[in-house]
Amino acid sequence: MTNEVTTEILVAHVMELAKAGKRLDGRGIDELREVKVIPGYVNSADGSAYVQYGLTKVVCGVKLEPGTPFPDTPNAGVLTTNAEIVPLSSPDYEPGPPSPQAIELSRVVDRAIRAAEVIDLEKLCVTPSEKCWTCFVDIHVLDDCGNLIDAALLAAVAALKNAKLPSERFGLGETAPLHVAHTPIEVTFVRLGDTLIVDPSSEEEATCQGRLTIATDERGHICAMQKGRVGAFSPQDVLSLAERAEAHGNKLRELLHHHGHAHPGS
Amino acid sequence: MGNVGAKEIPELLDKDGKRIDGRGLNDLRPLKIEAGILKRADGSAFVEWGENKVMAAVYGPREVHPRHMQENTRAIVQCRYNMASFSVDERKRPGLDRRSQEISRVIADAFESVLFVEEYPRTSIGIFIEVLQANAGTRCAGIVAASVALADAGIPMSDLIPAVAVGKVAGHLVLDLRKEEDNFGEADMPMAMVPKSGRLVLLQMEGHMTRHELGTALEMGVEGCKKIYELQKEALRNRYAIARAEGAA
Repeated sequence: MTNEVTTEILVAHVMELAKAGKRLDGRGIDELREVKVIPGYVNSADGSAYVQYGLTKVVCGVKLEPGTPFPDTPNAGVLTTNAEIVPLSSPDYEPGPPSPQAIELSRVVDRAIRAAEVIDLEKLCVTPSEKCWTCFVDIHVLDDCGNLIDAALLAAVAALKNAKLPSERFGLGETAPLHVAHTPIEVTFVRLGDTLIVDPSSEEEATCQGRLTIATDERGHICAMQKGRVGAFSPQDVLSLAERAEAHGNKLRELLHHHGHAHPGS
Repeated sequence: MGNVGAKEIPELLDKDGKRIDGRGLNDLRPLKIEAGILKRADGSAFVEWGENKVMAAVYGPREVHPRHMQENTRAIVQCRYNMASFSVDERKRPGLDRRSQEISRVIADAFESVLFVEEYPRTSIGIFIEVLQANAGTRCAGIVAASVALADAGIPMSDLIPAVAVGKVAGHLVLDLRKEEDNFGEADMPMAMVPKSGRLVLLQMEGHMTRHELGTALEMGVEGCKKIYELQKEALRNRYAIARAEGAA
């Protein structure tokens, strides 16, 4: 991931601060960066959103096209989530097939969307076994200043909420908003010694001893988790983080609900 | 270029010579340039030009990957022009198609003409262009953004490069084509210019023009580039005026 040199002195400093309950950018242990959502950012997409977590910037575009259902799910539409870490986004990018980081990012976001049943795939079926809608959720990372997972899922959910089913364009009836059933939010924590901090910056990611992402939805369900990086969490850690994830999730859902701009704070 | 089958051809010019979006023949679409919008990049810029949204980032001079591409006497210029899958009406398959590869190539060549590559041997200067929303003229928008991003990165070059397309619709030459004019028009000629020398570092053309029309088209393009050049400089001034004000505070 972060191939860029992280100096030992910076690592030591980040650890020292964490011990005292402080952070490099002055945030509290359980404080998110300022989160900004601009729905409908791209006119050419059927749904879209631009999301900022502090200086981390991602954009998501949703495209809906007629397709064929998979043979094993003849009554369901098709959902494809893809996250691209484009070379614009950080000095660590290397050309070639998607990096392990990009693949993990795509899969973690995809899992949360599927598990929370953000869209009812059966409603995307037009004629069983023959015709359905294919929903492409494409995420572009523009500026990687840490915590891509949370920003990417928020962008994806905001873009889906903003999406219209372009039925008219394909002669399938009237264009209507895409029905979004649930709103999962992922919240990522990293371990710095004994301190578990939320929404890590890239410096904190490069320093951390373990990362845990927890997705919750508006029903209070935990719908997806992902542990990453070298390091470990105790079951008590996981439980307390789940509680914190839900609290942050609720605030961010509120923000999505009102769109636009807000400072969820600590 | 070329008409898309049965689709109705829109009226591209009305009887008063106004274009589909109300512009005159020589008018640019609204162009907004912002420098230094990405934190991780060494230099960056965002361009909103009509309905185009294009971001450019510059990294370097830095180590060359893969190593065998390294040049002992100069820096290499690597460019990647990429369109997001959702940037166009019909979803584009992600990744670089042949069109993107060709455009990346000609943009790299354009910039190599103004960068002092011999000052940075054995390094790479990376120019990355992401088209988020496309409405004709994205390579020009990419060049306009990348110029500002290179300056924002502090990489020495002889000049900024403005770029614009000139085309022909309903028998008239027009500046800065939008999508319908590109799709249903008779010619499209993107160009990029070095204002200090007045020379063109990128020129492509597709369609039909007479030699006389070509002369006029080039003049229109040069005038368009001059206007864009002013906006590029203004974007950089805005960026560094703010930086200076913050520094003084």
